[in-house]
Amino acid sequence: MNIVVCIKQVPDAKDVRLDPKTNTMSREGVQSIMNPFDRHALEEGVSLKEQVGGKVTVLSMGPPQAEEVLREAISCGADEGVLVSDRAFAGADTWATSYTLAKAVETVGNADLILCGKQAIDGDTAQVGPGLAYQLNLPYVTCVQKTREVSESAIQVERMMDDGYDVVQLPLPALLTVVKDINEPRVPSLKGKMKAKKAEIKVLSAADIGAEADCIGLAGSPTQVAKVFSPEPRGERRMFSGSAEEQVEQLVKEISGYL
Amino acid sequence: MDYFLTEEQQMIKDTARELSEEKIIPKRAELDEKNEFAGAILKDIAKADLFSIFVPEEYGGFGGGCFETVLALEELARGCVGVATSFAANGLGLLPVVIAGSKEMKEKYLPALAEGSSWAAFGLTEAGAGSDAAGIKTTAVLDGDEWVLNGTKQWITNGGEAQIYTILALTNPEKGIRGASLFLVEDGDPGFTYGKKEDKMGIRASATRELIMKDCRIPKDRLIGKKGTGFITVMKTLDVSRPSIAALAVGLGQAALDEAVVYAKQRVQFDKPIISFQAVQHMLADMAIQVEAARSLVYGTARHIDAHPKDMSKGSSMCKVFATDMAMKVTTDAVQVMGGYGYMKEYPVEKMMRDAKILQIYEGTNQIQRNVIGQELNKEYA
Repeated sequence: MNIVVCIKQVPDAKDVRLDPKTNTMSREGVQSIMNPFDRHALEEGVSLKEQVGGKVTVLSMGPPQAEEVLREAISCGADEGVLVSDRAFAGADTWATSYTLAKAVETVGNADLILCGKQAIDGDTAQVGPGLAYQLNLPYVTCVQKTREVSESAIQVERMMDDGYDVVQLPLPALLTVVKDINEPRVPSLKGKMKAKKAEIKVLSAADIGAEADCIGLAGSPTQVAKVFSPEPRGERRMFSGSAEEQVEQLVKEISGYL
Repeated sequence: MDYFLTEEQQMIKDTARELSEEKIIPKRAELDEKNEFAGAILKDIAKADLFSIFVPEEYGGFGGGCFETVLALEELARGCVGVATSFAANGLGLLPVVIAGSKEMKEKYLPALAEGSSWAAFGLTEAGAGSDAAGIKTTAVLDGDEWVLNGTKQWITNGGEAQIYTILALTNPEKGIRGASLFLVEDGDPGFTYGKKEDKMGIRASATRELIMKDCRIPKDRLIGKKGTGFITVMKTLDVSRPSIAALAVGLGQAALDEAVVYAKQRVQFDKPIISFQAVQHMLADMAIQVEAARSLVYGTARHIDAHPKDMSKGSSMCKVFATDMAMKVTTDAVQVMGGYGYMKEYPVEKMMRDAKILQIYEGTNQIQRNVIGQELNKEYA
């Protein structure tokens, strides 16, 4: 089975700060990591490969330094890494990113299963997975918490819902986005680290993937971020417990002080 | 301090640290409380290829030496000495095969041990044979094509969890310990069962159990090395493995120091963080000095051993004593710096202090180590 896992290099959420003057993210001194949800997608890809055989290709769109997360993925069991990188991709929104990744997936070729994290922790949109499936005209399921059965032609998964889960069967090829509950990612292995050190990361430009100039980067992005700001801290919240009557009583007591 | 590690050594250290942070630290309190063997974590360690460091390259291993082992153990022990002890005991159990096993035996057992799909344990101690290892009573008699083993081993780390056990037994009881031989016993061999599971003060994530051999029959070729050379192989094994215990002590001491410093910076008394008080600062400084001194001695000894010197007993014993006495002192002081909070199970130093005690006891008590050092000095100045 040919598995493609899409991963993104993101700033470590522990370090993220907004510049109060410009309202942009301050990246200075902030460490880059593999998007945590993508680590789970990668683990699922590698364990599926271990079960049924095949190959795991990791794919990332980003600046040249995103090569680091591709190497990290190889140390965790991926077979090869592909970086889609071109100045022309700069400023891409989720639509242009989905288009670009779709072109890259087609260039890599023969994907039976595409795995993505549910969302990236920097943008938090959760749009690129479904967008990529749309561009490739593939069936997809988001928020997968478990893969149950997999064959050459189909996969059965559990989709996490607020009050339980759905069991969904999809024909392959297909795309899944995964949540953290799906597995516990492994730590990079010694052999993996040695392989990652030597691995050649293939770099694809806009021309290599045959991307149309007006579909990528800022030009191909129908949305643009107008403003980023830190929200005002929320006021104090208190939860009441007990029967409805008791809660109402507590509430009346609380607000009567302000009347 | 920079110890000038090679790229591969740094990789081993980093891998062990990642395992500690991601797999061990989140689970250690629960395993300790439930007295539960850390089998799942050992599987994670296997997936990260760390078991391969004990095994030579020609048998599918990484071919690491004493130093590589020490680097891995230090980082694992920083997370939990119980988990790290299980991992170290695996190395101890398979070392006799590496040191004295036949080519066929190595080919049969070492690849799975390198993968970590099979675990090993070392069976020396008995109820009447602790510091006096010569007091063992387990016997092995050749009957046709099979050895028949009888006896009980006590306090065996990984007992009941490992697949492979290296067992010291008397093949010529009249000659005492000089008539002892080493055998490889497999889980499931006829007449081989497990007895009492111990309830310990510390290192509770490790399994400690009795091994019972009652007319246990094993094929003739499970003898490790030549008949009558068992005790020599055991001594060679312990010379190489003692720095491992010292490495656990360094990892533990470092972990306790880390906790104490972080706490001392946060804890405010008399309107100041307590680290600003000289009484506390000096305690922390002494802890840091001790940890670093132990690390230097352990690394130096491990490198010395990897150069295959003729005699390594003295150095090996010195680093075991120094580092493990250090760990007891530093973990006790970490509890002291943290005061009442340090004494509570909600903070990790309470467990660290309990875990430290065993390091002064197992793999040769620190009193026995001092005997070894004393005897070597006596010889050197003859």
